Amino acid sequence: MNIHLIANHLNELADNSDTGFTFDSLPIAGEVDVLQVTITGREEIPIFVSVTDDQILCIAYLWGEEEVKQDTRGEMLEAMVEMNIPMPLSSFSKIDDKYVIFGALSVNSSLHDVEHELSVLSDNSLEVINEMADYLL
Amino acid sequence: MSIFSKIITAIRGGASEAGEAIVDANATRIFAQEIRDAENHLTKAKRDLTGIMAKQMQAKRELDRINRSITEHEGYATTALNQGNEALALEVAEKIAGLEAELAEQQASFDNYEKGAIRLKDLVKGTERQLADYQRQLSMVKTTESVQKATAAITDNFSNSNSKLLNAKQSLERIKEKQQDFDDRMQAADDLAAEGSDQSLKDKLAAAGIGEQQTSANSVLDRLKSKQG
Repeated sequence: MNIHLIANHLNELADNSDTGFTFDSLPIAGEVDVLQVTITGREEIPIFVSVTDDQILCIAYLWGEEEVKQDTRGEMLEAMVEMNIPMPLSSFSKIDDKYVIFGALSVNSSLHDVEHELSVLSDNSLEVINEMADYLL
Repeated sequence: MSIFSKIITAIRGGASEAGEAIVDANATRIFAQEIRDAENHLTKAKRDLTGIMAKQMQAKRELDRINRSITEHEGYATTALNQGNEALALEVAEKIAGLEAELAEQQASFDNYEKGAIRLKDLVKGTERQLADYQRQLSMVKTTESVQKATAAITDNFSNSNSKLLNAKQSLERIKEKQQDFDDRMQAADDLAAEGSDQSLKDKLAAAGIGEQQTSANSVLDRLKSKQG
């Protein structure tokens, strides 16, 4: 599995995705290959996909530390930890000063699994921002 | 220090700045070498195990053969005794004694092979477990590094394209607006389609002469004539 296979699959899907979404993907050059996947209508929250030796990582950036209301930061973190299990397929993490939501798949996953992961991750990210809006500036 | 705490310390300590590695490359190489060594040990232990198990099977076959031979000779000795041929029976008994000594010897080597096999199986299991753990730890280091590099690539991409990541609430609002706009358009299309089907029904009714009729020139003429009359 590599990001180019994923990109080809998503681009060839066009309107034939069974998730009801149209995906657009763009490889980003760098020391590690990253694929930027956007879903039509949700361009503001792209998903970044990278493939390592044993897993496929799909990450969406949620908000920065500077957007967090500092007086309820503890509550927000607790709410996020508590939501980690109920939330299907995705988990929370933090990269530098950005809060993210991510899903990790085995490199042996099918392209169909990847597509499913991306659609669930996108739904989760919108829902999380909606639910956590009170903790954000 | 475990890899887990190294990663936490490194992230907390700000080593997550682009360019700085979580665990230095040399340590990662040494670790990968340890994994390869463990893999080699495992291959050797598995080969040894196969060899010893083959020997164990051979010893088992030999044991069976001797046991069969003892039973067979015991039968001969009994027959000889029944025939009153004590001398022959004694000769057979000596043969049996010899077989029993051989049996004890074979049993001892069979037991040895069995012990060896059990020890090697434990070793293989232990090495496999350790290898899986090494691989998991190496994967943690590599994933952390990969995410850092990916983050650097993403950040560069955003700063190069002059677009910036929106604030979360703004992004959500925009997406919701687009969704609303899409829903509105769907609704409008639905309404339009509904009107269209309404219109086509009216047309059919009119064609059948039911409902509102269009005033035709003839009907106007009829009306005028009736007024005159």
